[in-house]
Amino acid sequence: MSNVLIVAEQHQGALRKATLHAVAAGRELAQRTGGKLHVALLGAGVKGLAAGLTRHGAEVHVADAAVLEKPVAEAHAPVVVAIAKATRATFVGAAATAYGKDLLPRAAALLDAGMATEVLSFGGDGAQVTFRRPMWAGNVLAEVEIASAVKVFTVRPTEFAASAPDAAGSVVDEPVSVDAGGLQTRHVSFEEVKSARPELTEARVIVSGGRGTKGDFKPIEALADLLGAAVGATRAAVDAGWVPNDMQVGQTGKVVAPELYIAAGISGAIQHLAGMKGSKIIVAVNKDEEAPVFQIADYGLVGDLFKVLPELGQKLAPK
Amino acid sequence: MIQRTLFREEHELFRATVRKFIDREIRPYHHQWEKDGVVPRELWLKAGEAGLLCCTIPEEYGGLGLDYLFDVVVFEELARSGFTGPGSGFMVHADLVATYIRSFGTEEQKQTWLPRMVKGEAIGALGMTEPHAGSDLKNVRTRAVIDGDSYVINGQKVFISNGQLCDVIVLATKTATDVGASGITLFLVDASLPGFKRGRALPKLGMKAQDTSELFFEDLRVPASAMLGQEGGGFGIMMTKLAQERLAQTIRSAAVAEEVISYTVDYVAQREAFGKTIGDFQNTQFKLAELKTEVVIGRVFTDRCIQLFMDGQLDAVDAAMAKMWLSNLHCKVVDECLQFFGGWGYMWEYPIARAYVDARVVKIAGGAIEVMKHIIGRSLFEGKIAKKPAKSRSSAQNGKQVMPESGT
Amino acid sequence: MALKVLVTAKRVEDPESKIKVRPDGGGIVTDGVNYKMNPFDEIAVEEALRLKEKHGGEVVVASIGGDRSVTEIRAALAMGADRGVLVKHDGPLDPVVVSALLAKVCEAEKPDLVILGKQSIDDDQNQAGQYLAARLGRPQATFASKKESLESEAEAKKEPGLRLGADGKTIQVVREIDGGIETLELRLPAVVTTDLRLNKPRFASLPGIMKAKKKPVQEIAATSLGVDLTPKVVLKKLAEPPARKGGVRVADVEELWKKLHDEAKAL
Repeated sequence: MSNVLIVAEQHQGALRKATLHAVAAGRELAQRTGGKLHVALLGAGVKGLAAGLTRHGAEVHVADAAVLEKPVAEAHAPVVVAIAKATRATFVGAAATAYGKDLLPRAAALLDAGMATEVLSFGGDGAQVTFRRPMWAGNVLAEVEIASAVKVFTVRPTEFAASAPDAAGSVVDEPVSVDAGGLQTRHVSFEEVKSARPELTEARVIVSGGRGTKGDFKPIEALADLLGAAVGATRAAVDAGWVPNDMQVGQTGKVVAPELYIAAGISGAIQHLAGMKGSKIIVAVNKDEEAPVFQIADYGLVGDLFKVLPELGQKLAPK
Repeated sequence: MIQRTLFREEHELFRATVRKFIDREIRPYHHQWEKDGVVPRELWLKAGEAGLLCCTIPEEYGGLGLDYLFDVVVFEELARSGFTGPGSGFMVHADLVATYIRSFGTEEQKQTWLPRMVKGEAIGALGMTEPHAGSDLKNVRTRAVIDGDSYVINGQKVFISNGQLCDVIVLATKTATDVGASGITLFLVDASLPGFKRGRALPKLGMKAQDTSELFFEDLRVPASAMLGQEGGGFGIMMTKLAQERLAQTIRSAAVAEEVISYTVDYVAQREAFGKTIGDFQNTQFKLAELKTEVVIGRVFTDRCIQLFMDGQLDAVDAAMAKMWLSNLHCKVVDECLQFFGGWGYMWEYPIARAYVDARVVKIAGGAIEVMKHIIGRSLFEGKIAKKPAKSRSSAQNGKQVMPESGT
Repeated sequence: MALKVLVTAKRVEDPESKIKVRPDGGGIVTDGVNYKMNPFDEIAVEEALRLKEKHGGEVVVASIGGDRSVTEIRAALAMGADRGVLVKHDGPLDPVVVSALLAKVCEAEKPDLVILGKQSIDDDQNQAGQYLAARLGRPQATFASKKESLESEAEAKKEPGLRLGADGKTIQVVREIDGGIETLELRLPAVVTTDLRLNKPRFASLPGIMKAKKKPVQEIAATSLGVDLTPKVVLKKLAEPPARKGGVRVADVEELWKKLHDEAKAL
């Protein structure tokens, strides 16, 4: 019987979507091990979010204090550790967001625990849980065991369907004893960046262009803007001088695993595929029906990207 | 897999640097330089700063005094990258011009030019070939006539790499006519002197970013101190450096051949036709097997020649064999591999297309295949055939193709 | 306001090498694989060099691994770092062990700032920096980035992204997090991990490579540091990821939209 603690994430009063995917992972684990599901919710003025979380069958531990208002790992980690100890959690997990990746390892160290980052699925039998995670930029799938008493992990949200609010739980108020004056970290500012495109490796959606664009990336960029997506490119496009280096997706560029990857005018050279085959859904648009990219695309459309992309844009934002 | 044993850790660290340099400073711009027909000065300065130029020049002349293998690393990585603009330009500058100055220059000449060449501030060119004299270098017509304590030079050169930007030229002239090779004298010509005129960069079949030019010398006056080596000693000087010149080109061809096979294999492994990949066809595998084997043989031979050269034991015949065999292999590999790319192989955006056009000149420049064969063939019969009578001047004047003692 | 900075330089497989799993699933095929410094660590080394160029001080580079790891230390020295420390260990490592060993090195070196790559591209765990900060009881700032783009003037001038406070006691770090840019100020000594857009690392110039040969590299046996070397994260089995199968062909945008919007709920 092993208890599971999932660390929720909220941002400026709203629960992050990724949390529900982590809760789903937590529910799976709790079911397997016959343990109880706990959720930790840290922040300031966040008690209102607790009720919603209980409906996922969790005992929600709310640590609400001014010192926790900002997501500072130095302040949040000891709180997570205290709740983990109080709930006798064997498993402590979160979504592999910037917050989860920043915070959980610090908490793991304080718990003297081993940790598996960006878990895609759980393996093993019953209570003997193993963790499957990508290594070598997704070229290898590793099954790992964590040998410490407490096992910490983060999950890739796209691999666990969001939990549905179909159960009942409870709320516990947790005292917070973090001394604000003793912190060595000061949160200076947070600037929301709306206009700039997301970073390729963190983007949820990527629209990429290759040779087929013949150097004209406007349709790619226009669709990306409508989708709030990042713009990627193949090595060929970069070498031809059409786009800068840092847009290159591929073995020698960036390795990405977005929810949706739209490959336009990309034939699908192995080098490029290596950089994006971890994407949840791949859409390929290419004039050449023999293009290798169609072999790995979930949805393939043989057509001219200069017609297809704007048409798709029309569907998103009908003018 | 036969491992290469030439290089030590510092060479491999440097190789990583050269690769990064190429990726950052050359790759994004080479297509533009092909349109411009020249590699800009900024690149030379950056290369100098990173230490890519003239690695063997001693410290007292502004260099690092390192072994030849550092130069080899630069030549190999540029060759592999396919970016022949800087590739051939740097090779001429470092391996030929700087070497000539270092080996035969006076103290003043070395101090004047070498430190700037190491930094990329002064770009070197080799002025030898003329419109009517390529392999038959003895027949250059550019004249250098003594006038007081200077020489006045008149003539022209053609096919000169780095011609558009060069600051210093190692120029082959005739100081005495009617005496064949022993009338040739080399000068270190400062390109800023009046009387030096750059002609146009010549549009070529390949190596489009390399500024191959015509150069004109009209009453160009150089001080006597600009003479490189002894008067009449030019040909002899050139002979001593031939093995090195041929080796550098061998190194280039070996690296290109290896790289082309590697990306051809990558391509055919995923390109499909008739229900399988091109790589599945027996013809593909057999052809590539043959080419790969020859490339490995070429690699072993090249590395052996590099070692011999560093030990001071690479003779002209070995160097000629290496240049001949690897040049032929280079051209064969790009031709056969292009076929596997089908229509795409003919498209400029594919590296194989550029490799194909860039390759053709290696059988001609820096020692034509026929000259190599002559050197090798003749060496077989040294001492075995009765000496021919001395060549008469009249046959040279009749413009007959006189067999060169050793040509370039 | 001289800063003593400790950076890491892990030896990892070159991403351009083809990574293949051994048939027995016990590891990857190492034959024919090239190695290089972890790219995120390279960024860490670069940042440390910029801080030294701006404020003075010393850059010490540490690597944990077998004999060959000294090559990556030399690569960092060639970039301009001053000294190297090789913690020799041939056995398996995990972030728990790595952070414990690094903590011991920090005990001896007492750096003002430790900069590590956010993750190494072999295990992609993204933990060592955070673990180290916790062990040292010091503040952390992960995924350090920069407001200015890598094509900007500031980057060309090799400005550090990490900003040392006027009194030399704090450091400001800009982080790219979900939805925006966060700035944290940490009291030194502190631990920072680097992200891709923090800087463009310089390449080691040839003069730098030759100078590096004379810079001191201290070798310490991991077993002599009094640390439990048993990894807590144990690799049970490695496998190639399942091959993606081709999906369906759609006839037109209408059908594609239906699939993406209604079925996959991706749009």
